[in-house]
Formats: sequence, structure tokens, C-alpha cells
Amino acid sequence: METWQNSSVLEPEVKVMSETQKARVPGEEVEPRFRVSNLNFYYGSAQALYEVSLNIPPSRITALIGPSGCGKTTFLRVLNRMYETVRHTRLEGDVLLDNRNILDLDVTQLRRRVGMVFQKSNPFPKSIFDNVAYGLRINGWSRGVTLAEAVEHSLQRAALWEEVKDKLHKSAYALSGGQQQRLCIARALAVDPEVLLLDEPCSALDPIATAKIEELLFNLKSQCTIVIVTHNMQQAARIADHTGFFLLGRLIEFNRSEVIFKTPARKETEDYITGRFG
Amino acid sequence: MADSTWVVASKRVEPRWRLRAFLRRLRSGDEIAHLTTLIFALTILLITFLLVSELWINSTLARQRFGWHFLFTRTWDPVFENFGALPFIFGTTVTSTLALLMAIPLGVGAAIFLAELAPPRISDALTFFIELLAAVPSVIYGLLGIFVVVPILRTTVMPFLKDTLGFLPLFQGHIYGFSLFAAGTVLAIMIIPFIISISREVLLAVPGEQREAALALGATKWESTWKVVVPYARVGIMGSVFLALARALGETMAVTMVIGNDTKIASSLFAPGNTIAAVIANEFTEATSDLYVHALVELGLVLFLLTIILNALARLLILATTRRGTAHV
Amino acid sequence: MNLRRVWRKSVNAVMFSLTALCALVSLSVLLFILGYLLWHGGKSLSWSFFTQLPKPVGETGGGMANAIVGSGKLLLLASFVGVPIGFLAGVYLAEFGGSTLSFLVRYITDLLNGVPSIVMGIFAYTVVVLPMKHFSALAGGLALGVMMIPIAVRSTEEFLRAVPQTLREGAMALGASKWRAVATVVIPAAARGILTGIILDLARVAGETAPLLFTAFGNSFWSSGWNQPTASLPVMIFTYAMSPYDDWHRQAWAAGLVLLALVLLANIGARLLLPKKALGSRG
Repeated sequence: METWQNSSVLEPEVKVMSETQKARVPGEEVEPRFRVSNLNFYYGSAQALYEVSLNIPPSRITALIGPSGCGKTTFLRVLNRMYETVRHTRLEGDVLLDNRNILDLDVTQLRRRVGMVFQKSNPFPKSIFDNVAYGLRINGWSRGVTLAEAVEHSLQRAALWEEVKDKLHKSAYALSGGQQQRLCIARALAVDPEVLLLDEPCSALDPIATAKIEELLFNLKSQCTIVIVTHNMQQAARIADHTGFFLLGRLIEFNRSEVIFKTPARKETEDYITGRFG
Repeated sequence: MADSTWVVASKRVEPRWRLRAFLRRLRSGDEIAHLTTLIFALTILLITFLLVSELWINSTLARQRFGWHFLFTRTWDPVFENFGALPFIFGTTVTSTLALLMAIPLGVGAAIFLAELAPPRISDALTFFIELLAAVPSVIYGLLGIFVVVPILRTTVMPFLKDTLGFLPLFQGHIYGFSLFAAGTVLAIMIIPFIISISREVLLAVPGEQREAALALGATKWESTWKVVVPYARVGIMGSVFLALARALGETMAVTMVIGNDTKIASSLFAPGNTIAAVIANEFTEATSDLYVHALVELGLVLFLLTIILNALARLLILATTRRGTAHV
Repeated sequence: MNLRRVWRKSVNAVMFSLTALCALVSLSVLLFILGYLLWHGGKSLSWSFFTQLPKPVGETGGGMANAIVGSGKLLLLASFVGVPIGFLAGVYLAEFGGSTLSFLVRYITDLLNGVPSIVMGIFAYTVVVLPMKHFSALAGGLALGVMMIPIAVRSTEEFLRAVPQTLREGAMALGASKWRAVATVVIPAAARGILTGIILDLARVAGETAPLLFTAFGNSFWSSGWNQPTASLPVMIFTYAMSPYDDWHRQAWAAGLVLLALVLLANIGARLLLPKKALGSRG
């Protein structure tokens, strides 16, 4: 038995993870980006997540699927501590980013490392340039590069540069819905996050815009760990390496996508996949 | 990573974590921002407390000397230092009542038109202009009061009233022009925009289903309005009246300029009079003794309390309507 | 049956006309005020009005230059008091407030809003004029400034709340701390509305006379600094209108026109800049 000790522990209460519980990422030998163990989450007195344990593999796309209200967005928002913007929320259990508990990290540092793209695009009422530059101005950027170069780089990664390079100082609201969402992705990428969380980013977009975003996520994953919550199973099947299925606040099953979609181990998963309930 | 299991501590130790979190927040400036804005918010509480205490402290001499009799004494005699608030309470009451009597029918009628009967574009345009009336400074109403309203009243309206209704003591006596009646009229003009504005909002807040139910039963627009919508909004309209009244009570300049500034209690509306606000405005800088000043401040305290109570009542009434219906009040 | 329908229809038409008449009468009051003021004030308006000092009692001519400048001074002082307190308290209520303290602050702010302006003048008198033993612009500025606070608070809070939560979260998700998100994203997003609210607020106190009667008092000459009695447009209008001199009456009209023009322009500008619903109309 190996004991993992943290300096702030004065009263260790030992919890042991069994082999099967740990092996949620079969076939993967690398250090997971996020290690979540026995996560319980509460909105006031109502419990939203029950004993969720999950490892997010690095440099891959992990999709979280499940019917409305199953807790997948709640789970996503735990990962960058966005739940703290709401009162009366409570978290139990451990969430480790690179083996450090996220509650021990400075929250603004955490959020720089773990970026988020929201369901409805939310560009700031500023110019396109200032939107992307926002995170850089707050967090600083690498010395060798000018701000303009950093902004351009982000916009390139988000596959938006060609479309906006001539109008960087126009308002972000002049862009279409799909472009605004890619702008939000560029904005999130500007601070070079290790993980990018996306909460149903394409739900308000048409198929063409969706395809553009899916393609850019696919190209991004080598540089960035991606966790995407989606309502769209086909999307998960298309782009995700791993998929987790949530139901009523519990993680029912987590595995490589081909396993989840072709040969799910649990009946609930199978029912959801085959559309027996929405 | 050859470990087969690992041990995880599932209980964080509370106090140390809290302290660290606090220090982190402090460094990031959140606590400072919170504290700074909090201090400014508390300043408002401080100022209000100071206001009340200053009013209280600076009326001590008068309160101790006259006690509750202050409110019922008719004399206001700076020479013999005998001060009573009754003439001003009387003047304030009469002018405000008169103003309400004139303004409510006109105001509520206009509000009904704007909210229910008028086409939306006309309604919006007219409301825009009527609400601008609320922005006109009091002293300008006073200016027009002196040079326009009073002459008209003196030459046309008041003689007419005297001829037709002169059997009532209200409309007897010499016509000076500058009178309680003039003040009431000018006040009415000033509070109409408030009544219109708030009543209109209250009426618009009545759910559409109410109107539709009436119309579906074959009611005309007017019947639907008068028999369904207005009763539903009744309490809110009352609230708007209370608010207008609170405003009328505190009105100083326009009233001072047309009321005649005579500290007497007369039986006729044509007689000059005085209100609480007007006497403070006129005599404050000429108050020679401490007791005189304290008496005036006590008047201010009375006015303050009156308007606070009225405003609180008004807000409650308006809140009751715009939140849910008033069918049961 | 038919007769009853006819009756009901005619009642409908009559009430429509009656209420429309009410609205038109109310509107015509405004038009009349504007027109009359424009006519009388316009006649008396001249260059000397803006540049000269008042002449001694009985002499004709002169202007209100000191009153115009005096009003400007008082408004400046008032904004130093009213804007910081109102704005920051509004930020507190919208962004940081806990429920009980926020309720108290809002309630007391509403209370302050209902205080008659003459009582505010008494307050400034007791707090500034009495200790200093003389009238001053400071006292007048304080009275006006305190009057500005409630509307500034309400306006700031309303427009900050109107900024969607998702913008705050977007900023915080990029690593901005709460205050930083508020300062760099939320406040700029609400800036236009807040500014308009403050302009309206200033326009309102610009026309206030009662609180100045025994604080700033008045001055026939220039007042230097902040410590002296100061002339102001509204007080001049009052004094001149109540006087027995025709020439002063003439000047009162001119001053009234100038004051009204400024106040109405500010109001019209504000209402045009923003959608109607954004401006609270609760007196």
C-alpha cells in the first residue's frame, strides 16, 4: 500500500481505491490530466453529483454525454472551480490536476491553465482583438512575442484568423454565431491552457459552423487536453477518444468511445445510445 | 507508475485551508474591492443616520419648550417666541388635498388613455413628453405660477368660482390671487406627470389575460378597461397617488412663490396661507434666535417623518400590484 | 338590444375622447411652459446675460454670469460627493452584496430619496454652515451631492445587473479574479447606462433651489474658491421673480429659459440614448 501524503494533512482519513476503480482508462499508461475521486457535489442541500470518479487522459478529447440535467455540465464546472461563482455550493471528494488538488491551487491560476468555452458564445463588448487579448493582458504573455503576434497565433489555432484579420478592431458582435464561438475558443486558447473545457459549444450553431469547430478541436488535441460536454451523440462518436455517460448525477460508464458506442457494458448506457430515452 | 493503489486523504483540515484561501483572495484584490465598495455603501447608512440625528438635535430647544403642543398651536410668533405648527400643517394639508383633487382625475384619466386606449406609438410618444414634465425644475413652475397662473386665477377662475359657489365659505373673501388655491393649482400641475407615469406602468402590468377575458365576453374596450383592468390595478394606482402626495408635501419653491406666505388659518381657499416647506424656505435665514431656528428645524423633522411614512406606504402598494394582482385587497 | 349596443358603443367613444383629452391637457401644459418660457426668456436673452454680473438693486441691465458659474461649481462639488458614493455603493449592491446588508442599504437609499429637498438643505446647514459660521459653496455642494446619491446607486445597480452573468463567467474563466472581471468587463459593458443615469441625476439637482437657500445662499459678485456664498441659477430665478422690479423679472425669464433648456436637453438626450425600460421612472 502506497501512502500519498500531502503537507496539509494533519488528520489523515484513509480511503483506498481498488484496482478496478482505478482502471477507468483501460489501455492508457500515461498520467491522467485530471484525477477525480469520489466527487460529491451539492447545490445547497440538493445533491447533484454522486461519487463520481474519473480520470481525464491528456492530449485526447473526452466527451461527456447524458440526458438533460444529468450533471455533466455541473461536473465540467467543477474542473475549473466555476461553481464558486454560485452561492451555497459544496464539494466533497478530490479533484486533482497533475496530482495537485485544485482547491489548493490559486483559483485564477487554475482557470488560466484550464480554459472554458460556454454553451452560448459570450464575447465581451469589445473589439475582436481586445477579446482575444483580454486573457493575455490579465495573465501576461511570453516575452519573445508581441501582443499582436500572440493574438494572431490564437486566432490561427481557432481557425478564425483568415476571416477576421482585416477587421480586428471591429466589435466582436459583428461576427456570426459560429465565428463568435470560434472567437471565444481563440480567447480561451490565448493564455495557452493545458486543458480546454467546452460546454455544448455547438448547440446553437448550424452544421457547417459545427463542422468547423469539430475540425479545429481535432487539430488541437495534441497540444491541449479537451473535455467536451455534448448533447449530440454523433458528435461524441465523431471526435472523442473517450466518452463518459452520466445519468442522474452519477457516472455510469467511462471508456474509449468505440467501446461506449458499440459495446456498452451497462444497460443504461445502451438504452441512452439507442435512444430509448432522451 | 507501478502502484496498484494509492491512498487519498478525503478530509481537508478546515482552519488552515480557510486562512490560506483568505490570504489568496486578499492578494488577488477581491477582499479589498469588497471592502471598499462595502465602506461606500455603509457611508450611505451613516449619512442618513447623521441626517436624522442632526434634525433631532437641532430641534431640541423647540421640542423641549413646546412638546406635542407644537403640532396643535395656531400661533407662530417670532417676536414673543411662541411657535406652533398648525397653520403650516393646515396649509400643507389644504394645498396638497386641492392638488390631489385636481390632479387625480386628470392624471388617472390620461394614464388610462395612454395604457389602454391609445395606439402604442402615440402612447409612447405622448408618455415621453409627459415624463419630461417631471423633469422641469420647481422654480420654473413657480415662475410660471407668479406670472401666468396667478393672474389667470385672479382674473378669471376665482371670480367665476366666487360667483357660482360663493355661498360656500371656501370661495368667499377677497381675491388676492396669491392664495392657497393658487398653490394647490400649481402643485396639481406639478404632480400630474407622476400620477400619469406610475399609474400607466401599473396599468400596463396588469396581465393581458384579464383584458382578453373581458373582450372575449363581448365587452367594449372601455368596459374591459374600466370594469376589469382598473379595478385590478386599483391598489397600485393608489400607490401612485401616495407617491404624488409625498412629493407635493415636500414641494417648496413653486408653493412659496404663489401662496402668499401668510401665517394664518383661513376658511377660504382664496386667502393666502403658508406651508411647512414654504415657511422654512422663507424664514430660515431670518431666524434671529436659537429657539426660532430650532422651531423651523422641528418643522423640517415633521415634514421628514410625514414623507417617509407616505413613501413607504406608497412603495408597498405599488409593489403589491406589480408583483401580483390586487383583486383581493 | 340594439339600443343598448348603441349606448355602450357611444360610452366607449365618449370615454376614449375624455381620457384622450386628459392626456392632451397634460401634454399641453408642457408645450405651454416651453412656449411661454421660450417667448419671454428669448426676448430677454442677450450676450450680457451670460457675461455680466448682476447690477445693484434698481439699476437695469447686468447679467447672471456669476450664477451660471456658481451653478457649475455647485454641480462639480455635488458630483464629488454623489458620484463616488453612489457608484461604488451600486457596485457593492450588484456585485458583492450579501442579502441582509444589501436589503438594508437599498431600503435606506430609497428612504434618502424621499427626503424633501428643503430638509436636505437643513441637514447641510447644520453640518457645514453652523460649524463654519458662514454660507459656502461647500454646504450647497454637499446638499446637492447627498441628493444625488440614491439615483446614482439605483442607476448603477440596475445597469450592472443588466449585464449578463455569462460575461462575468467568461472573464473569470480566463483567470480574472472577481474584482478584475467586474472592473474590466462588467463595468465597461454597463458604462453607457450608468453615465446616462448620472447625467440625468445632475440635471435633476441642477434645478434644485430649496437646498441652496441657506447653504450656498447667494452672491451678487464672483465667489472665489469653495468657501464663500455662491450664486446659482435657480436661486437667482427665485430671488428675481419674487422681487418688485420689472427688469429683474425679465432676467428671471431669461435664466429660466437657460435652466430649462439645459435640464430638458440632458433628459431628452438620455432618454433617446437608452431604451425606455432601462430608466426607472419611480419618482
